[in-house]
Amino acid sequence: MNSVTEKIVPVTTILIAIVIGWYALAMVMNAPFQRDMNRRGNVTPSTVEFLESTLAQAKPIVPAPHQVVQNVYENTFLRKITSNRSLVYHAGVTLSSTLLGFTFGTILGILIAVGIVHVAALDRSLMPWIIASQTIPILAIAPMIIVVLAAVNITGLLPKALISTYLSFFPVAVGMVKGLRSPELMHLDLMHTYNASPSQVFWKLRVPASVPFLFASMKVAIAASLVGAIVGELPTGAVAGIGAKLLSASYFSNTIDMWAALVAGSVVAMLLVGLVGIVSRLVERAMGARPA
Amino acid sequence: MNPTQQYKRADGTQSAVIAASGLGLTFQTNDGPVQALSNVDLTIGKGEFVSFIGPSGCGKTTFLRAIADLEKPTAGTLTVNGMTPEQAREARAYGYVFQAAALLPWRTIERNVGLPLEIMGNTKADQQARIKRTLDMVNLTGFEKKYPWQLSGGMQQRASIARALAFDADLLLMDEPFGALDEIVRDHLNEQLLELWARTNKTICFVTHSIPEAVYLSTRIVVMSPRPGRVTDVIESTLPRERPLDIRETPEFLSIAARVRDGLRAGHSYDD
Repeated sequence: MNSVTEKIVPVTTILIAIVIGWYALAMVMNAPFQRDMNRRGNVTPSTVEFLESTLAQAKPIVPAPHQVVQNVYENTFLRKITSNRSLVYHAGVTLSSTLLGFTFGTILGILIAVGIVHVAALDRSLMPWIIASQTIPILAIAPMIIVVLAAVNITGLLPKALISTYLSFFPVAVGMVKGLRSPELMHLDLMHTYNASPSQVFWKLRVPASVPFLFASMKVAIAASLVGAIVGELPTGAVAGIGAKLLSASYFSNTIDMWAALVAGSVVAMLLVGLVGIVSRLVERAMGARPA
Repeated sequence: MNPTQQYKRADGTQSAVIAASGLGLTFQTNDGPVQALSNVDLTIGKGEFVSFIGPSGCGKTTFLRAIADLEKPTAGTLTVNGMTPEQAREARAYGYVFQAAALLPWRTIERNVGLPLEIMGNTKADQQARIKRTLDMVNLTGFEKKYPWQLSGGMQQRASIARALAFDADLLLMDEPFGALDEIVRDHLNEQLLELWARTNKTICFVTHSIPEAVYLSTRIVVMSPRPGRVTDVIESTLPRERPLDIRETPEFLSIAARVRDGLRAGHSYDD
């Protein structure tokens, strides 16, 4: 009970501060356009009326929180899921490529880590390339992946998922290299005294020891996958997905729609990271971890 | 008498469990070679309880690790059950107990004890029987389903001893197993270890830096000294095999302890 209030009070305080700051920013940023409109229309509103109107523009520079909330609400709960305006529909499209890419990325990352830990040559040769791969801006490489794959008639879900894979294999590979190397010398000595085979050392010692590292890096990887999926939708001329929604809203200066899409994206990210966290806790409990 | 003589059987084969002669081990470090063991001659017979005592750096742990094939000697010969240490390890000739319990945190106590059995491919039924028997031996019956963090340090170390006993190796190598425990727990475990040794007739090599512990437990005490690591004295205990804890106040006990201390002093172990 106490710990709940301890958590809620600071979080709410920050939230209230953000909302107040956001309203202030919206008023300031939208004021010049509103003033312009009023002059053209020969209207002289009172201060209160003026401030209210800055928060009610159709295409404001900074939409007010309640405008975004209303847009998210309408496009989430009041539309049919199959509708092109439904945020659930767009989030679902992005989610499918996120999950596919995340699955590929996790498997690839684990395979790379196993290779690096067991083959000294890979340790020296592969790691610099892996790190170099992550220094290339994803925005630069995403269109190339899409174009190259489209040239060989691979379009749709897979190219987007591959961009997610590109972003998500890295944290998994790095985390798993650390995890597979985490057993203490004493445990390795112990296995040696049993004359354990390398595969027994791997399955009975290295793999279980790496599990906490795997989940920690999967949390990072799934968020990166979502970013990858959204970025992957931008250059494809995709008609659906959170990225596509962002792009079309920006064509029409539909700022409220853009913010709504951003909110949808972050809600999906929170759900995904939270889901990995729950699975991680379940697995760690099954492996006898001390309850926190 | 030649120290190896007494272990010759009538048919001329050796019954020594461990035989080291002229054993040396030099580590190559960044600061140049470090001689961890120099010219160690020692023979340990079946059923003995031998303690190795000396200040840090005297090579007592290195000697134990060489027996276990965790370090490779660089000079001399070393045999375990008449085989090279590597062959002995491959034959699973010994159980090793480390300074820390080194239990796998994701395994319950019974699955930790069963780990060597899984690796060695014992059948499930046999594993269960051995786990039950060895946990009973170290008085941990009822804790099968607990995880290591749910046990006290002393209980964890007992579980690790059970693990070393589970596959019935005749030789038990113990590297300061009770060093991290408080004295009350240590007394208790010393008593239990003696009982276990009497019951199983195993050969035990026991590294310690506690003089009372060495005298209380051992049939023979090997005193070692550092730079280079070497054996400076080997003391036969005259204490009876039956040893209640209060034997430590007897004059006989104290005189053996004094001899050990003298041996350490002769090896300059008390010098700064």
